[in-house]
Amino acid sequence: MYHKTTGYRVFSYFNYAFMILAGLACFLPLLHLLAQSLSSKAAISGNMVSFWPVGFNVDAYIKTFNNSNFNGAMLTSITRTVLGTTISMFILICAGYALSKEFRGRNVLMWFFIFTMLFSGGLIPSYILITALGLKDTIWALVLPGAFGAYNLILLVNFFKTIPKALEEAAFIDGASFFVILSKIYLPLSLPGIATVSLFIMVGHWNSWFDGILYMSDASKYPLASFLQTVVVQSNMQNMAMSQSEVAAMSEQSIKAAQIFVSTLPIILVYPFLQRYFVKGIVLGAVKE
Amino acid sequence: MKKSWPLYVLCIPAFVFVCIFSYGPMVGLLMAFQDYKPWLGITGSRWIGLDNFERIFQYKEATQAIVNTLIIAVSKIIVGIIVPIVMAILLSEIRNMGIKKSVQTLVYLPHFLSWVTVAGLMIDILGLDGGINHILTQIFGNDPIYFLGDPDLFRFTVVISDVWKSFGFGMIVYLATIAGINPSYYEAAEIDGATRRQQIRYVTLPSMLPMIIVISTLSLGNILDAGFDQVFNLYNPLVYSTGDIIDTYVYRSSLLNGQYGFGTAVGLFKSGISLILIVVSYRLAYKYANYKIF
Repeated sequence: MYHKTTGYRVFSYFNYAFMILAGLACFLPLLHLLAQSLSSKAAISGNMVSFWPVGFNVDAYIKTFNNSNFNGAMLTSITRTVLGTTISMFILICAGYALSKEFRGRNVLMWFFIFTMLFSGGLIPSYILITALGLKDTIWALVLPGAFGAYNLILLVNFFKTIPKALEEAAFIDGASFFVILSKIYLPLSLPGIATVSLFIMVGHWNSWFDGILYMSDASKYPLASFLQTVVVQSNMQNMAMSQSEVAAMSEQSIKAAQIFVSTLPIILVYPFLQRYFVKGIVLGAVKE
Repeated sequence: MKKSWPLYVLCIPAFVFVCIFSYGPMVGLLMAFQDYKPWLGITGSRWIGLDNFERIFQYKEATQAIVNTLIIAVSKIIVGIIVPIVMAILLSEIRNMGIKKSVQTLVYLPHFLSWVTVAGLMIDILGLDGGINHILTQIFGNDPIYFLGDPDLFRFTVVISDVWKSFGFGMIVYLATIAGINPSYYEAAEIDGATRRQQIRYVTLPSMLPMIIVISTLSLGNILDAGFDQVFNLYNPLVYSTGDIIDTYVYRSSLLNGQYGFGTAVGLFKSGISLILIVVSYRLAYKYANYKIF
């Protein structure tokens, strides 16, 4: 197929090495974190931990899982993710199916939805609205405001549009209702799209930290990502100033690492299975003829 | 079949949510023209016209935040377009499917990590006694570099970490575009004696061009969006001079210091310019690459 010139062969070796390095660069920091979480205090403070635990122990994990704040935050995150994804997908699938059809006022409605992507009230007005609606300090403040996403709607509409009209017409003649057509024809046939959008929404909820800090007045109501933000980022800011740190602060590093790792684990576990969907989903959603 | 009322019914939930949570806050933008006091509300606060907007250009911190936003966002856009393109071309040259798939899986991963997680990793790795400095001091014997506390380096750190997090995901459409190129173009080029490098230059790149144009023009709309999640988690008072962006400034000046009306005005200023830029970029993408949103 290709010119087997020396130049190309040399390039090939470098390319292989470079690509493998690029792949590792995206993954080694997490491995470093895992190693730290499993290492002893002395090994961490002696800067001996790279990608393999030194002085193996699981104390950090025991401490993490015995921390009621951490467990509470985890539960809040799971609740908001399940609740939020269900509500979002319900709204988006209904609207996405409808807007993939032609009907009077469809374009006006579509632009009404898309405009939310182009312009927004911004931080303060949103904060005041949520407060005025009495959603502050409830899980609804984390779930409802972002439930509708115009970008996700566009992805779904484009997916539903690729399904042949004839299928729907045949089902109508057989007496199928809108609901049957949606659940028996559209949903199974647009699985990559649905899976992609669900994955985005799930990851979004799981990773979302700012709304927790904004809308929860009490740290005990924080979701996991907000909890982590206070533990990892805010406390580290103080640590950074006195960097050549004492041993006590260093054992904190192991607990922090364990907490970050536990909170990231669901994503690391779910995403390889959904990868083939989202790659297909992105490509079909973005590259249109 | 022609009855379309069920379609309207299906749109109701989305319509209700958008009215409340997207259009609702837009009413609150009136605060930008007020000396807003929370206890008086929008109906009771004093109207002050454009004073809040004038203040944006009077406060040194605010103009500095706008400048920082532009510098960081533009650097991110440029690097964020070039790196995925180059990586997609290089990855498509890998013929071993196992390695190719593994590399792909690994480079997509950071996109799905929270900025809190990434900030945690970076604070650890880039700290004075972190991994990177450990390596640098061993090899070059220099003093440790304060990546997150040095105003001169902060923007650089922000751009590089953004690329690390997002280049894999950005590659997806380019890889798909390359995979969709008709192999007979390469065969024809090969018969004409084109080297592999020439094939990339005269076949691969031109075939990617429409996609590159679409993505580049659409990214124009992000010119005032330097990434709140990232900067908020990485910055600290030491680097406000170069790292404070519009969104973090709005947060600090309004929610932390109580200047609600002013914060809203800064936000509206940003949204307004962004809206214009997005509309222009969509028009350009439509004109030059025939791109349609839906």
